[in-house]
Amino acid sequence: MTFALETIGLDKQFGGLHVTRDLSLKIAAGARHALIGPNGAGKTTVINLLTGVIRPNGGRLVLEGTDITGLSVRARVLRGLSRTFQINQLYADLTPIETIGLAVSERLGHGGDWWRRLGSRAEVNAEIADVLTRFHLLDVMNEPTATLPYGKQRLLEIALAIATRPRVLLLDEPAAGVPQSERQDILAAVAALPREVTVLLIEHDMDLVFSFADRISVMVNGAMLVEGPPDEVARDPRVKAVYLGEGADA
Amino acid sequence: MSADRGVGEISLRRGRWNAAEIAFWLIAVASIFVFTGRYLILTEMAWLGLFALSLDLILGYAGIVSLGHAAFFGVGAYAAGLLAVHGLIKEPVLALVVAGCAAMVLGFATSFLVIRGSELSQLMVTLGIALLLRELANKFSDITGGFDGLQGIVIEPILGLFAFDLFGKVGFIYCLVVLFVLFLLARLIVNSPFGLSLRAIRNNPLRAAAIGIPVNRRLVAIYTLSAFYAGVAGALFTQTTALASLDVFSFERSADLLLVVVIGGAGYLYGGLIGAVVFRILQDVFSSWTPQFWQFWIGLVLVLIVLIGRDRVYRGVLWLPRLLLRRLAAMRGGRAAATDRSAS
Repeated sequence: MTFALETIGLDKQFGGLHVTRDLSLKIAAGARHALIGPNGAGKTTVINLLTGVIRPNGGRLVLEGTDITGLSVRARVLRGLSRTFQINQLYADLTPIETIGLAVSERLGHGGDWWRRLGSRAEVNAEIADVLTRFHLLDVMNEPTATLPYGKQRLLEIALAIATRPRVLLLDEPAAGVPQSERQDILAAVAALPREVTVLLIEHDMDLVFSFADRISVMVNGAMLVEGPPDEVARDPRVKAVYLGEGADA
Repeated sequence: MSADRGVGEISLRRGRWNAAEIAFWLIAVASIFVFTGRYLILTEMAWLGLFALSLDLILGYAGIVSLGHAAFFGVGAYAAGLLAVHGLIKEPVLALVVAGCAAMVLGFATSFLVIRGSELSQLMVTLGIALLLRELANKFSDITGGFDGLQGIVIEPILGLFAFDLFGKVGFIYCLVVLFVLFLLARLIVNSPFGLSLRAIRNNPLRAAAIGIPVNRRLVAIYTLSAFYAGVAGALFTQTTALASLDVFSFERSADLLLVVVIGGAGYLYGGLIGAVVFRILQDVFSSWTPQFWQFWIGLVLVLIVLIGRDRVYRGVLWLPRLLLRRLAAMRGGRAAATDRSAS
């Protein structure tokens, strides 16, 4: 069976620090897969390895049956692997229309157009409008991103990743830092992600993980500890030990 | 769907001409007829404005800093000078384009060194390239004339029709037309998806790559274009003054240029042009005031602008004109209301 995304024996060291150890992860097409683990387990490194920000010392990455280990960040995006960031990585001066417009233009091959304005292509406009509508951003679409409420920025963060039309989406703590009053909007947006998009959720928030995921992988010290459906993982004594142990250490 | 139309409508609004822009260019044209004795300084403002526009394209839009933009200015200046001296291309407009292209080739070749690395390394690499070129021009003095500069530059009439006159009127109109044409091109570019992607790269290069923008390719493209603009500015300098000497490559020229863009503000295209006008006026006023110490005052203005903030300085300067405009609008509004009342 081909998986949407697969890592085979992934390995990464920073000097003497071994942050990813022989990590094998298989994510089925259309899955809602969560990757959890205590602080310092190496979750962020995994995301950076998957998206191509850093290169592994060993192991392979396979996206829908194709080896992408040697591909650049951009080449992976073009092949349908996109991510959101734990801390918003947006364009402070740009409006949501422009932000989404960039991703859409780039995907449709119009990103290098220098002779016509954004807004002059109907198919780009339609897609921008569609994304902004789905993420409830129409009311603020012409405001500079830096002036938006945090919850709206968080929605834009996810909307921007979706605008690249990923087949596999990596969600890095989507609800991080969002005030309680705006939290419901984010959770609704996450729940409403199209079914055909495979999602890997990296998250601290156990409520979100257990309400969203149909499969959970638990990482400890850069290695895979347990993988299975949510109820199994919740009952697993090793997982309990890790989380309780972390509590006891602190 | 109405949301589509809304999106398209709002996006297109960005590139629309507003009243202030139209007024700016009308004033520029009017200056031909108003300041008839001041063509030399107006000409300097025009080519300096173009030079500053060139820096603004990389600094204000793509976030690339440069302390050696005079490299391209100098290549354009010497190219135009050499073409004229050796009679290779006699027609100035064609020579201008060729000179710009010479600078563009250098821009493309060096872009790969400049775009990688931090702002500090960008400053050092650009500075280094300008110094290198200056020394090369010095070394090959049989071609460039060395310290004495190129001798015997004679510029033929523009398009074979308009000869450069003693007062510099033709030269100024020529510079203004070239500036306007290249400004239109720059304006088209910055409002396009390409221009938008440059702003995204300046804002957040990490995320730009993460949504599929080819970051390096875009930076190479804008750096190359910027070099073309700077080369054309240098060629205009040579064609209007019939001079090309080593100081076209000088560090002061690059540093002054940065000053011009800081004075006018980066990232909205007019900053370079306004900065050029303000800078030359300040230079003129201060140097007639205190010939030895004018740089002191320029320095003070720079420090004030950076410390107080450009917006606040300009709000102060523009306070009176704005007040008058408001009064005028209120008066007109009042009169319109009065005629409305009498009509009803």
